[in-house]
Amino acid sequence: MTSRQKKKLIRILISAVLLIALVVLGNRLPDFWYVKAILFFIPYIIIGWDILWKAVRGLFSAQFLDENFLMSIASVGAFIIGEYPEAVAVMLFYQVGTLFEEYAVGRSRKSIAALMDIRPDFAYLERDGEIQEVDPDEVAIGDIIVIRAGEKIPLDGIIIEGETTVDTSALTGESLPRDLVAGDAVVSGTVNLSGRLRVRVTQVFGESTVSKILDLVENASAKKAKTENFISKFARFYTPIVVISALVLAIVPSLITGEWSVWVYRALSFLVTSCPCALVISVPLSFFGGIGAASKKGILVKGGNYMEALSRLETVVFDKTGTLTKGTFRVTAVYPAKDTEKETLLEYAALAESNTHHPIGKSIEEAYAKPIDESRIASVTELAGKGISAVIDGKRVLIGGEKLMRDEKIDHIPVSDIGTAVYVALDGKFLGSLVISDEEKADAKEAISSLRALGVRKTVMLTGDNEAVGKAVATALGLDEVYAGLLPADKVEKVEQLLAEKSEKAVLAFVGDGINDAPVLSRADLGIAMGAMGSDAAVEASDIVLMDDKPSKIASAVHIAKRTMRIVYSNIIFAIAVKILVLLLVAVGLVGMWAAVFADVGVSVLAILNAMRVLKDA
Amino acid sequence: MKKVYKLENLDCAVCAEKMKRAIEKIDGVESCDVSFLMQKLTIVADEAKMDEILKKAEKACKKVEPDCKILY
Repeated sequence: MTSRQKKKLIRILISAVLLIALVVLGNRLPDFWYVKAILFFIPYIIIGWDILWKAVRGLFSAQFLDENFLMSIASVGAFIIGEYPEAVAVMLFYQVGTLFEEYAVGRSRKSIAALMDIRPDFAYLERDGEIQEVDPDEVAIGDIIVIRAGEKIPLDGIIIEGETTVDTSALTGESLPRDLVAGDAVVSGTVNLSGRLRVRVTQVFGESTVSKILDLVENASAKKAKTENFISKFARFYTPIVVISALVLAIVPSLITGEWSVWVYRALSFLVTSCPCALVISVPLSFFGGIGAASKKGILVKGGNYMEALSRLETVVFDKTGTLTKGTFRVTAVYPAKDTEKETLLEYAALAESNTHHPIGKSIEEAYAKPIDESRIASVTELAGKGISAVIDGKRVLIGGEKLMRDEKIDHIPVSDIGTAVYVALDGKFLGSLVISDEEKADAKEAISSLRALGVRKTVMLTGDNEAVGKAVATALGLDEVYAGLLPADKVEKVEQLLAEKSEKAVLAFVGDGINDAPVLSRADLGIAMGAMGSDAAVEASDIVLMDDKPSKIASAVHIAKRTMRIVYSNIIFAIAVKILVLLLVAVGLVGMWAAVFADVGVSVLAILNAMRVLKDA
Repeated sequence: MKKVYKLENLDCAVCAEKMKRAIEKIDGVESCDVSFLMQKLTIVADEAKMDEILKKAEKACKKVEPDCKILY
């Protein structure tokens, strides 16, 4: 509690004690109205002076329809018609409510801020052989900083000395630590767990990963969801409408019945109910909480509007390579020819491919997993589009696609596996074949099925690979549609076609790794880039950024978005329903000003507490 | 140019909305956001006029909520 809040609490207690004392003494007080008025005025002014003062000042600046004014009018009105305890109680109840409200908002703000607590406070800069503690802002590119075990990595850089494991969970939500050695890049905002590191800084603080993430999340509240805009518009019209109704309620029935004090009292209670605070606070708070909860899981949502869109997700279009599959190639099958050892096949293939930098060559070398004796290789010739011809141990090795075998008239056994087939021949004799394919990500299948469980109707995969590879991956993962053999430009066209097919309200998201698909990311209703830790382009182009490369995070994001929207709607319905109910009951005189104050601040507090449920298990 | 300021004693969400609308009307302001949750004021405006705008913005905020201060 802040000192301001404590002062308010003390005032509440004093005024409450006085009020209770006066009410208990009630009958024994001298029966003159002015004595009572003066006695009740003491707790009233203790609890309400600041509200009254603000209301008076508001009058002079044409801001006269705020809460302070309404509470003042209502309680002063109650005083005038002789309802002294009621007047004090209204002020008291209102102050208790605002105190709760301030406290709850303060707490929520803190817990959301804690979710995003990745800002490093200092860096140890190495300068002239000495180590100084400086603000991360003061460190320049090329400076050397020292990071000790247990410290937050303050700036992006490259390790020049030391090895360690880092905890990336603050950025990615991933709890598995990563091992890093000299030469590896470190990302600001992650935590150095074990070793002492010397790091050459590659990015100033303002441009570092941690600053970018903080900037993005903090500015997310500026991109308002439609619901938020609806609420601020609603608030603008709601208050004047209630005030006019209150006037009507005070005057019309009074003229008919002549019971002025009854109807004025009801009108005053009506006014108290008029503040739209519950909505104005709780709706943005829910969105903000949702964004905070998502960022804790390594999902950066750039605005409340995207949160809203995410909850209505109906079509998800995935890029294949790097999104659903790892984008790394691996030898998945080895078929040696008759009378050939598996090892021999791999050995010649690896030797022949050892000088290429193609991912396929690398994967063969990896499968061979033994050192390559370069001296055995006499020459290597690349046969454009067909493969490689090499001379190894004085023998001619051919390695490549089926076309190469046919052209060289080598008797071979065709492979029907999905993936890229590579054939090897030694001195014109077929040695066997290898199949190389991209691996699906471990959680890809689960990602698709959980999205479907969350209400996504259509999942589509786009790929530049051939039909057979695309179909196989799509079937294995359970996708609804697949479009293969696409060039980057075709992907935009395909997404546009899918956008045209869906209904107006449904949302289409495109998920890519953000490297080559910026145009598609921006064309889709929602652009989701993954594996973005440290990649600026992806962060720029997309609406939602997944810090790690797990497709299952999309389902987590949808889950959070749905929960956020559920809470937002439940608050809107709850607040409006309670207000309308209280307005009606007040109008017919079934409840008094107490209920009206509850409908104002009580509902606000409940709505704030409800909004904070967004942060549950975040 | 975009500038972000911290706000002190911004206690009411409706007031934040009112401040936003008042500041948006100041000459030279392109856009403005008053975040009740972050207790922050973001102004996008012409750099040359920034000082003047800030003074007017402070006045506007005071008018809505007398205790509210812009920290800079």
